[in-house]
Amino acid sequence: MIPAKFDYIKASSVQEAIGLLDEHGFDAKIVSGGHSLIPAMKLRLSRPEVLIDISGISGMNTITEEGNEIVIGASCTHADIVKSDLVNAKLNMLAQTAKCIGDIQVRNRGTIGGSLAHADPSADYPATVLACDATIVVEGKEGSRSIAATDFFLGIFTTALAEDELITAIRFPKVTTGNYQKFFQSASRFAVVGVAVVKEGDAVKVGVTGVSDTPYRATAVENAYAAEGSKAAEHATDGVEVMSDHFADEEYRTHLAKVFVKKALEA
Amino acid sequence: METFIGKSIKRREDDRFLKGAGRYTDDIKLKGMTHSAFVRSPYAHANIISIDVSEAQNMEGVVAVFTGNDACGAFGVPCGWQVDFKNGETMREPLHPLLAKDVIRHVGEAVAIVIAETQELARDAAELVKVKYKGLPAVTDPKKAMEAGAPKVHDQWPDNAAFDWCIGNDRAAVEAALANAHHVTEMEYKNHRVAPNAIEPRSYIASYDVNVDKYTLYTSTQNPHLIRLLLCAFALGIPEHKVRIVSYDVGGGFGSKIYHYTEEALLTWASKEIGRPIKWTSDRSEAFLTDAHGRDHVVHSKMGFDKEGKIVAHLTDEYCALGAYLSTFAPAVPTYLHGTLFQGVYTTPLIHLNVVAPFTHTVAVDAYRGAGRPEATYLLERMLSKAAKEMNMDPAELRFKNFIPPFDGVTQPGFQTQVALQYDSGNYEGVLKRGLEMLGYEDFRKEQAEARKNGKLLGVGISTYIEGCGIAPSAVVGALGARAGLYEVGHVRVQPTGKVSVFTGAHSHGQGHETVFAQFVADKLGIAMDDVDIVHGDTDQVAFGMGTYGSRSLSVGGSAIIKSIDKILEKGAKIAAHKLEAAEEDLVYAEGKWTVKGTDKSISFGDVSLTAYVPHDYPEGLEPGLDFSSFYDPSNFTYPFGTHIAVVEVCADTGKVTLQRFVACDDVGNVMNPMIVDGQIHGGVVQGVGQALLEEVVYDDEGQMITGSYMDYAMPRADDIPMIETDRTVTPCPHNPLGVKGAGEAGAIGSTPAVVNAVVDALAHLGVTDIQMPVTPQRVWKAMQN
Ligand SMILES: Cc1cc2nc3c(=O)[nH]c(=O)nc-3n(C[C@H](O)[C@H](O)[C@H](O)COP(=O)(O)OP(=O)(O)OC[C@H]3O[C@@H](n4cnc5c(N)ncnc54)[C@H](O)[C@@H]3O)c2cc1C
Repeated sequence: MIPAKFDYIKASSVQEAIGLLDEHGFDAKIVSGGHSLIPAMKLRLSRPEVLIDISGISGMNTITEEGNEIVIGASCTHADIVKSDLVNAKLNMLAQTAKCIGDIQVRNRGTIGGSLAHADPSADYPATVLACDATIVVEGKEGSRSIAATDFFLGIFTTALAEDELITAIRFPKVTTGNYQKFFQSASRFAVVGVAVVKEGDAVKVGVTGVSDTPYRATAVENAYAAEGSKAAEHATDGVEVMSDHFADEEYRTHLAKVFVKKALEA
Repeated sequence: METFIGKSIKRREDDRFLKGAGRYTDDIKLKGMTHSAFVRSPYAHANIISIDVSEAQNMEGVVAVFTGNDACGAFGVPCGWQVDFKNGETMREPLHPLLAKDVIRHVGEAVAIVIAETQELARDAAELVKVKYKGLPAVTDPKKAMEAGAPKVHDQWPDNAAFDWCIGNDRAAVEAALANAHHVTEMEYKNHRVAPNAIEPRSYIASYDVNVDKYTLYTSTQNPHLIRLLLCAFALGIPEHKVRIVSYDVGGGFGSKIYHYTEEALLTWASKEIGRPIKWTSDRSEAFLTDAHGRDHVVHSKMGFDKEGKIVAHLTDEYCALGAYLSTFAPAVPTYLHGTLFQGVYTTPLIHLNVVAPFTHTVAVDAYRGAGRPEATYLLERMLSKAAKEMNMDPAELRFKNFIPPFDGVTQPGFQTQVALQYDSGNYEGVLKRGLEMLGYEDFRKEQAEARKNGKLLGVGISTYIEGCGIAPSAVVGALGARAGLYEVGHVRVQPTGKVSVFTGAHSHGQGHETVFAQFVADKLGIAMDDVDIVHGDTDQVAFGMGTYGSRSLSVGGSAIIKSIDKILEKGAKIAAHKLEAAEEDLVYAEGKWTVKGTDKSISFGDVSLTAYVPHDYPEGLEPGLDFSSFYDPSNFTYPFGTHIAVVEVCADTGKVTLQRFVACDDVGNVMNPMIVDGQIHGGVVQGVGQALLEEVVYDDEGQMITGSYMDYAMPRADDIPMIETDRTVTPCPHNPLGVKGAGEAGAIGSTPAVVNAVVDALAHLGVTDIQMPVTPQRVWKAMQN
């Protein structure tokens, strides 16, 4: 459990981090909480030559209210989110989601930006950012841009983030009628299935993680909801390729997806 | 005067553990010490075509690289137990090489060792060793290993069997009784493979001192002297008096640190080659791949009952995986530690077990907490509960019908089983009665019926176990194939000031010997616990010993210490009589002094001790000193028993099992420290629940381990376990001085079937009769669908 040799640079600004990323290219990696990257490095599955630590950049770990939005700095830890009064009051389902992640130590170190950039197919946040229609704010050499959550996740460990780009913040519309439901994998306690539901009048938005190699919006459920109510959960995996592993094969995972979509719709 | 036996004295050793001041092997840094890393095979079965170490060897900071082509390639580690075929053929025993030379037989098998100035450099250099393999098909399941055409683990033995063994009554008689039985219950399942997962990974430092021609091996072992014997006499052929083995603090073993591992011998050999100390500490990935695993039995069993529900016969066939090579005790586990417990706590008159034990392309299987007894208990206790359901009887009632009646082993004789052993003393109905009472069994059944009406799935599972501990009478185990005696050594040295150092061959790796041993030594000598020090884990300090496993420390190691204390008190009495000018027969020893009966004339233990070492005014002809060492070889095993009862709720939507209550009423004989016994039961129960619900080592068809990290190997966590409710009955062991039976493994033995019985009970009304362990949400849900 000893990583290959690497250099370590602590960046003091977003611009510096982007500059370093540009300078070192493929050899460099951003490190934030280190709770996905460092385990991979210890197993030598990942071996960056340079680590650019963004955790000291000021302004990236704030949680603010801007008009109709709650803006979460990318360096906010899961614990910051769990503890934030603002989040608990105006974006409660994000606090619920963060609370389901790992244990206290993990929540104290891991960050929302790191989790989204890592794009583990069993991570929790993706369901919630999808259901909330959040926006991922990124900055790179070419400047800043905003990526809709629905355009962000491209596949297993793959996102719309360019090589030299950094997530700086995530903008969430305020949501008071949403919830997150998770079935924990018994070893890792990641999500076998994680479902976030946002209710807007008669309409619902349903984000699903853990089920497919890419988190998705369960549009079939959303479309059927008006007519079928929570029975629409039966469509949880329509049109989706369902993952299969030692803990949940395709049949069981599909069943769980339906159970948890229903649970979230009824919550 | 304060006494200590029977009190929940807090553990003295915890002070250093809690402060991070333990002396674990990896904490030790020797002058000039190098570090090492292994190159391990990614294949389960392969031919090694070539190994190129040149790049690694030339890297700066690399001290040496060795492969199987170096001199160490000729050495292998031995097996410590021989189990022959039932037809008389000798057990098949391959060389277990320190480094694989031509053939790879499991993922993680070591191909080369890289020794460097730092651990980082050793790891980096290990990646530069280029090994060319030719991958071959592998077999990991013990039953499949015995099928015609299965890949061969060792070419010289085409059928893969290491032995084919049986125990019990004549097979034909058992089969005939089954054919005539009123009811036969049948089970087919796998008692799956689990990994021991000690929190401290294996860690070794070997050093060779050329000036005194002596090796020192610091090792995280459960039995230092045994390692020395195996290392010197079998693995390397070096003189035993030129080797010191040190294992101070060890962070858990659960069996996995009994065995003499290849890395221990290789480091020892290499330390002389390079003339510098070498350290190796396993990482967690290596631990999964290379620490001996437990269980892995494929079972087919039939139990016959008469009209009243009395067991008339029991016949079982098993395939038990041994792994690629024979680990130290591996052959004993599925045989003499397993088949000998098939009597259980029942009067079954006819029993036959046949065990075919093949080699498999996996890491070795050896003793893991309970070792063979959990597998026996699981079978019997699942059988009884399944049979009860089939015969429409209450599972508790069926057990009461079949119990061996109570016997104390003193006024009533021990119970002779059909499978070689004689139980010491027992009151099996006593623990079940108490367990049912603790649970409130009748009330629970009402609650369960009520809950079912509301669609809530509650279940209760009972297990009434027995196990064989206090391993073991040397002559008995010798007759059964053990290549070592299993006595223990207890050496008590009274210092001139009356302070006492006790040297024990038992070894503490979490059990609390430093506290418990001091409790009874202090009481027997009538002195303070603070005046007693317990020394273990150093072959240069402790005369000899066989170590700790099989719940033997107190019953065997403790008894050896008692023998020495008796000798001390006997000699002390001679000195006291001389000083008091009285006859020895007129003295009584109590509260730390010898008193002349009926007078107030007395002399303290301290004064006698001083006199023994300053023998100016001293009995004629008596040797000075107060220092005795004793060997204690038990006359029988000890047989703890108990009842474990689990209550579970099954989520109808997901199949997830929640353990709601766990009741354990154990009988471990006399209890020295209730808190420590509770702790042992708690830990054991959690491991047993872990096997029932969560833990499983899975190898895929290519022999790759797909559960090689905590991302995929599910360990029980605090929130998986309810408060464990414990109580005890006390049936003393009649044949050792403390009357103790042993408590180290009971929890892991009794708990597993209780949990699975409870899950099956919760689903019984849906027609579920069995679920393969671990009963994961997926398996439970699927069982509910059928
Ligand atoms: C024991 C354990 C249990 C866990 N359990 C869960 C769980 O239940 N659910 C769950 O969702 N997760 C879980 N995690 C993962 C955890 O949430 C991680 O913290 C998270 O996935 C990554 O965040 P990080 O800040 O640690 O990122 P890092 O590990 O520092 O980085 C991860 C990746 O993201 C990149 N990166 C980091 N920050 C940025 C940024 N701002 N912009 C662009 N790229 C960036 C890095 O270059 C790297 O590739 C667990 C982790 C552990 C160790």
